[in-house]
Amino acid sequence: MKYIKIDKKKWASGIDALTKSYRLYGPVKEEAFHNFKELEKGMLPDLTCLNTRLSPKSLIYPQSEALLEYSLDGSQKDHHIMKEIDKDYSPRAVIGIRPCDAKAFVLVGKNFDTPEYKDPYWLLSYEATTLVGQACESPCSTCFCTTAGCGPYHEEGLDILLVDGDDHYLAKALSEKGEKLLSAAGWDESVQAAEAESQIESKKQAAEKKIASIVHTNKLRDIDTTKLYDAPFWEDVSFSCINCGTCTYVCPTCWCFDIQDENRGKSGMRMRNWDSCMFPLFTVHGSGHNPRGTKLHRVRQRFMHKLKYYVDKYDSGIQCVGCGRCVRLCPVNIDIRRICDLMNSFNASEDACAV
Amino acid sequence: MLNYIDRIKEISARLLKDCSVEMVIGFRKGSVPMMNEPYFAKTAEDVERLVWDSNCGINLANYLTDRKEKIGIIAKGCDSRNIVTHIIENKIKREQLVIIGVPCKGMIDKHKISSMFDGEIREVSEDENNIVVRGHDFKEVLNKKDVLQQNCALCIHRNPVIHDELVADPVEEQQDVDRYADVREVEALAPAEKWNYFGDLLSACVRCYACRNACPLCYCPTCFVDESQPQWVGKSQDPIDVRTFHFLRAFHCAGRCTDCGACERACPVGINMRVFTKKLEKDCLELFEWEAGMSLDERPPLDTYKPGDPGDFIK
Repeated sequence: MKYIKIDKKKWASGIDALTKSYRLYGPVKEEAFHNFKELEKGMLPDLTCLNTRLSPKSLIYPQSEALLEYSLDGSQKDHHIMKEIDKDYSPRAVIGIRPCDAKAFVLVGKNFDTPEYKDPYWLLSYEATTLVGQACESPCSTCFCTTAGCGPYHEEGLDILLVDGDDHYLAKALSEKGEKLLSAAGWDESVQAAEAESQIESKKQAAEKKIASIVHTNKLRDIDTTKLYDAPFWEDVSFSCINCGTCTYVCPTCWCFDIQDENRGKSGMRMRNWDSCMFPLFTVHGSGHNPRGTKLHRVRQRFMHKLKYYVDKYDSGIQCVGCGRCVRLCPVNIDIRRICDLMNSFNASEDACAV
Repeated sequence: MLNYIDRIKEISARLLKDCSVEMVIGFRKGSVPMMNEPYFAKTAEDVERLVWDSNCGINLANYLTDRKEKIGIIAKGCDSRNIVTHIIENKIKREQLVIIGVPCKGMIDKHKISSMFDGEIREVSEDENNIVVRGHDFKEVLNKKDVLQQNCALCIHRNPVIHDELVADPVEEQQDVDRYADVREVEALAPAEKWNYFGDLLSACVRCYACRNACPLCYCPTCFVDESQPQWVGKSQDPIDVRTFHFLRAFHCAGRCTDCGACERACPVGINMRVFTKKLEKDCLELFEWEAGMSLDERPPLDTYKPGDPGDFIK
C-alpha cells in the first residue's frame, strides 16, 4: 500500500497535470447545490461539498444512454441492423467522490457484472474510471453509513482515499489505478506506511463517532420473507408516498432500467433509461395487467428489495450505503431508517394473527 | 399558527370518537428539518402525533382521491380549494368529508432556506414571525416573511373556502398582491428567448415526476407519459420529451390549479415549474374571471360554454 502526501500548494497543478491523461469529474456547485460535473480545464473539484444532490452513479450509468443505432431507410445497405455506437471509454477520474458513493458502485456491480452476465456498457465505463475518494470529516445528520456496511473512511470501491490534513492531503493508494493516477499528477512525496496508517486510523475513529444516525439490520435475514411481505405496517408506511421516482433516482445503488427504441425519421437509437419501481409502468404486462397495481405494492417492493431480497440473495448486507439522499429528498419525508427498523424489529409470530 | 395544534387534536379526537370519520388526514413530525409527513390518524393515540407548523406545505387533497371512507381532513386555504375541485371532479364526495379548516399564514420555502447556508441545516424552529435555523456551527434568525414559499407570499386565499370546523379565527387576507409579475416577465420574452428560458428552467429535471405526483390535480389512472400502448412521449432525458411532459402537465391543470406550490416543493432539484401553471392561472383569470376551487356551485370554465366566453383567438 502506497501513501503519498500531497501539499495543497501542489493540488491545483496536479489536477491540471491529470487533464492530460484523464477526463476529470468532481463536485461542482451550480446555483443552489452540488452535483458531479465534468471539470473543464482550470476547474477544481469543490471538496467543501458535504454531499452532492444527485449521486455520481450517472457517471458510469447515465440516466439515458444510447446503446445501439440503426437505419430504417430501406435504400441503405445496412438498414434494420443494430450497430454499436462509438463511445469514449478513455480514462477518466472522479475526484472527491465520497466513500459511500464509491461503495455503491460495488453494489451496483453485483447486478451488472456477474459470472453469468456482463453488461459491457457499465463495465467499460467502470473500468475506465479511477475513483479518488474524499474521507468524510463532517457527515450529515442523515448519514447512516456506519450501520449500512460502509463508513466515512470506507475504502471498498475506491482507488485512492484522500484524507484532509489541513495544509496537505494524505493519499492512500488502494489499487494500481490509484497509483497510476498519483504519479500522473506528479504527487510523489511518499509517507511511511505505519505513520500514515496511525494518522488515518485516529481520524477515522473520530469521523465514525460523528455518525449519529443508525439503522438495525441484524435480523433482516432471518425474518420470514412472506410474513414480512404481509406485515401490517405497509399501509402506514405507504400512505404518504406519492409514488414519484425521487428516492430511486437519487439513490446511488438503484440500478433498474428500461430499454426503448427511439426513432426519428428514418433512423433510430436503442436507448437505456433509468426506470423506477415506484412507477406503475415498471411492471405493467403486455396484457395490461399490473402485478404491482397499487402504491402499497410498489413501496413495499422498494424496501423489500433493498432490505430483504437483496440481503437474502447476496448475503452481503443491505442494498444501501447510508448516504441519506432519499431521506433528505423524499418530498413527503418517508425515511428508510424508520422503515428499516420497522422491518428489522418485525415479530412475525406476534403479528401473524393480528389481521 | 403554532397554537392551532391543540384545536386540531381536539377536533380530530372528537370526530374519531363519535365515529363521524374513520380517519383524519394531517401531518406528523418529520425526521429532517423543514419536513412533515402526511399521516392518517385512526385512534386517539395517533391523534397525539399530529403536528402543525410552517412545514405543512404538502397539499393533503392529494390523499383524498377515490377514497371510500369518511375522512376528516386538515385543510389550508389552498388544500380547501383543491378539495372543492376534487368534489366538482367527482374524486371524492362532499358527504364523505369533515373539513377541518386551518387559516394559513404561509409555509416556508425549504429550497430557499437550504440554499442560504453552506453547512448542513440541523434544526429549524419557529415562532409566530421568526424562523431559527441551526447548523453545526451556525445559528441564524430569519424573518418568516422573507422565506415563505413564493406561492404563499403571493397567496390571496389563506382562509379555507370550505370547512366544517375551523381551528382558529380567519386570518387577514393579503391585499394588493401582484401575483403575476414573474409570468409577465416571461410573457415579454421573444420566442427564442422564451424557448431558452424554458430549456434552462428544465435542464436539471430528472423526470422523477414528483411535481406531478404531489399535485392533487394529477390523478389520471394513467398519465400520458406512462401510456405504453401507444406510447406518446420518449422516456429519455431528451429535452424535447422533458419539455413535452412539463408543458402538457401544465395545460392539463389549466383552470384547475390553485397554485398550492406542492409541485415546486416536491421537486428534488428545485425547479420552479409553477411558472407554467401560473401562466394558465393568469389566463383563466383574465379570460374568464376564474379562480379555481372557490365554489362548489360553479363549473370550471374549460368544461362549460357561456355565450360571453372570449372568442378573439378564433380568426
